[in-house]
Amino acid sequence: MLISTLAVLLCCLPPLALLGAWAGGRPGLARLVHAGTALVAGGFALLALAALVEGGEAALLLPFGPAWAPLSLALDGLSAWFLLPLGLCGLACGAYGWRHEAVAPARRLAAWPLFLAGMALALLAGDGFTLLLGFEGMSLASWVLVAAGQAPAGSVSAGSVPAGFPAAGPAPAEEEGAARAAAGLYLGFALFGAACLLPAVGLLAGLAGDLSFAALRQAPPQGGVAWVVLALVVLGAGSKAGLVPLHGWLPVAHPVAPAHVSALMSAVMTKVALYVAARLLLDVGGLGQGLGWGVPLLALGAASALFGALRATQEGDIKVLLACSTIENVGLIAMAFGLSALLRAADLGALAALAAAAGLLHVLGHALAKTLLFLVAGEVQHGAGSRRMDRLGGLIHAMPKVALAALAGAAALAALPPLAGFAAEWLLLQALLASWRVGELGVQVLAAAAVALLGMAAALGAVAMLRFWGLTFLGRPRAPRTLGASEAAPLPRAALFLLAGLGAAVGLLPGALLALGGEAVARLSGHAGGVALASAWAVAASPSASAYHPLGLAVLLLVLFVAVVLALRWLSPRASVRGPAWDCGFVAPPPHLPFGDPGTQPSAAGFAQPLLRMLGTSLLAARERATLPPPGDPAPARLDSHWQDPVLPALLPALARWRDALVIRAERLRDLPLRHLLMLAFGTLLALLALLAWVGPGGGAGA
Amino acid sequence: MMAALLTQALHLALMLALAPLLTGLLRWLKARMLGRRGPSPLQPWRDLVKLCRKRPVLAENASLVTSIAPYAACAATLLAAALVPGFTRGMALGGLADLLLLGGLLALSRAALALAAMDIGSAFGGLGAAREMSFAVFAEPAFLLCVMAFAILAGGTNLDAIGAALQDGALGLRVSLALALVALLAVALAENGRIPVDNPATHLELTMVHEAMLLEASGRHLALWEMQAALRLLLWLSLLAALFLPFGMAEAAEGPLAWAQGLGLWLAKLAGLALALAGFENAIAKMRVFRVPEFLGAALLLALLGVVFLFLSTGLA
Repeated sequence: MLISTLAVLLCCLPPLALLGAWAGGRPGLARLVHAGTALVAGGFALLALAALVEGGEAALLLPFGPAWAPLSLALDGLSAWFLLPLGLCGLACGAYGWRHEAVAPARRLAAWPLFLAGMALALLAGDGFTLLLGFEGMSLASWVLVAAGQAPAGSVSAGSVPAGFPAAGPAPAEEEGAARAAAGLYLGFALFGAACLLPAVGLLAGLAGDLSFAALRQAPPQGGVAWVVLALVVLGAGSKAGLVPLHGWLPVAHPVAPAHVSALMSAVMTKVALYVAARLLLDVGGLGQGLGWGVPLLALGAASALFGALRATQEGDIKVLLACSTIENVGLIAMAFGLSALLRAADLGALAALAAAAGLLHVLGHALAKTLLFLVAGEVQHGAGSRRMDRLGGLIHAMPKVALAALAGAAALAALPPLAGFAAEWLLLQALLASWRVGELGVQVLAAAAVALLGMAAALGAVAMLRFWGLTFLGRPRAPRTLGASEAAPLPRAALFLLAGLGAAVGLLPGALLALGGEAVARLSGHAGGVALASAWAVAASPSASAYHPLGLAVLLLVLFVAVVLALRWLSPRASVRGPAWDCGFVAPPPHLPFGDPGTQPSAAGFAQPLLRMLGTSLLAARERATLPPPGDPAPARLDSHWQDPVLPALLPALARWRDALVIRAERLRDLPLRHLLMLAFGTLLALLALLAWVGPGGGAGA
Repeated sequence: MMAALLTQALHLALMLALAPLLTGLLRWLKARMLGRRGPSPLQPWRDLVKLCRKRPVLAENASLVTSIAPYAACAATLLAAALVPGFTRGMALGGLADLLLLGGLLALSRAALALAAMDIGSAFGGLGAAREMSFAVFAEPAFLLCVMAFAILAGGTNLDAIGAALQDGALGLRVSLALALVALLAVALAENGRIPVDNPATHLELTMVHEAMLLEASGRHLALWEMQAALRLLLWLSLLAALFLPFGMAEAAEGPLAWAQGLGLWLAKLAGLALALAGFENAIAKMRVFRVPEFLGAALLLALLGVVFLFLSTGLA
């Protein structure tokens, strides 16, 4: 019942895309597209919740598709768990689109429903072929959305800047060029991901040809094939999810699209990639694997968490900052999944379930908070005219409600108790702290290193979120345009508060949610019981271990807060007065500087400078050079500070060199004599047959 | 049940009363060691009372954050202080007393302080906030690795359980514990802004961190921030006492006599730790801000070493 309703909802999306293709420049129709997509997404969320409550359903064969790989949909606990954030975030993004995207170009309106459809198809797939179909559909649709780039000038109500002040951002032509370059990079990485995932699914299926997950689960990969599958899936899904070292495209491509597209790409699409990794490696291929099975995900996840968080502390553009924070959180989830596989291999089922639960909880918490913050970034861009923190500041006075919602999201991502990020990190840390029970010294040292990296990443994430919120919403305006900022419209505001409320619920009721997601936890960890103790009040690794009581914690914090307020009201009843900021007794700024001297307020780079010096010199190739004129010379002193992400600049030239070398080799083929060509064809045939012979026994057909 | 509630209430009241006294005692001890007479240990309490009588002056562009953050930070620190066992174990909130949660609550109050510092947009506030949050990046992993050492030794992260396991003495003296002690001491110094990391006695010095964030606070807001800092110091000293000097702590169910004995020992441990801290602070100088990562990085490595020793010893056993 549920699954057929979902199929019907899924079928509503392509007609909406057709409508969108026709609705360019027609605001009414565009709104219809957004409303329809939002309704479908809301339906997804409801049905996912129903499936979590009622349990999974059998696969549904679709009446179309190729003969050798019938398309099928299935809805088990794992699919439903990932479908829930897709639905909720899609709904909120629809509300944003309704308000801000009514005059979007047709390309974007057509691609938007298809993007959702691709993600939903990948999550609902019951077999490998449908999974890949949905995944690639998602990649393609999101590429169109990225390539369609910025909103046309008319819809950005905040494009104009008073004369005499520097422009708010790069010129439109420059921006379009950046969008095109980002889309190209994005497509390249998407193709790479596809090139890795296609053979991985093929190897999983072996020669039997039955691609359904139920059949694949019967014959998990073994031996050399298993390692190839592991490498291919980690590379393919990891490049889509933004795992280090394949993360370079993410901070470039995600921010280029409009806010609601960025939100869905960052919050949900990366999760779909993680879902693919979890489904293929942990659920389908996880049975009977060795200790090494989880190590790549754990190690790459820890590296991504640290690196993403560090970059997030340095970026000056809100959306780039949020995209880097996505790398961090994707890393945390990958860590949790990798740890779960590792603990499962060591027969520590309850701990494996705990680690899987941490990852799943973070999937939900991060998706909600990240969507919220991207939509906030969109509202800030529309209301205050810039995404660069060096042109914002003091927005809490102009946009108090947006600021409040953003604070909820930022605090959740900063892993502050009692919110969602902390709950997930608490669970993950509990699993990591107990993982020394895997007797191997190598694994234990890896776990200790992971604990240290997780701690560092969490603290860096807190710095990044605090810097984002503090520089954007607190302090003095850094540009006159900020004074004209306006509060968000009621509908997107409601979406923001919906997301904030849902995020708070995830943080306060992790136990209840994990009880609902028991099947998902069991699928990932192979431990039938799910999390040992998961009630509405508490979560714990085992009934005797230390427990986390988020609801009790929140009540206690609230009671103490009220008590402190009342006590101080009684002890110190005098009302406060307003006066000029003391600012260590500095002289008042001259009248031509209405917000004070901008040089005395920390800039985005200034706030990040301590960390750049402490960690950036080694990880981000940061260089600082101070040029001091000799005494008596009136020339100004200069400080040049520069950093860059070392991975992409190292990767791209190497790739370009390989491509050139390959092209030169391939060119030679044209001049081959007939004899050599025949040998080439024959050799290829032999090689393919050898591959087939190698795959056959290990891939499940012979088993 | 009654005893648990009673000890919890008593513990909270003691924490509140003792926190400014401890700060005062520390200042007095430091002054005496330098041959000065020093202010009375009651001085912080007098300051708090004075500040409460004054009208807070808010900057013209101050938002709600300036007025709410001190209460939020104080509530979070107070809850953390209520969780750390002082004179007795098995208090009403003992089930909540988790080392990871403690770290989270301290991070919450730190974030509130940093936001309050950024609210006006003054140079010092932003500088202090950036530095304080950056130090946490190195302090937090060292803290977590110490927690890992205790989790391996005691089987969990609950403070009461760890304290009980350590008090039983079954663990004995271990190299790992010594390494964790050094690491945790360094983290405590950084978290409280004590001398090699930050100088709590300075005002208007370019290298200061914690005080720089409070420059715009006044009246009851400043009183709350001072109280929060004092509570945090008391909390850390109690935590160190509970983890490394666990002897003589009462059980809540054992009745008032045992509590009194535990209380006496707790006060003695706090006084001893304060004396050691005062001596340490007088003996060494504050380090450059950009040397702090090396200081905390050394703590991180020591904690890692301690954990690896534990792996080796459990592997051999």
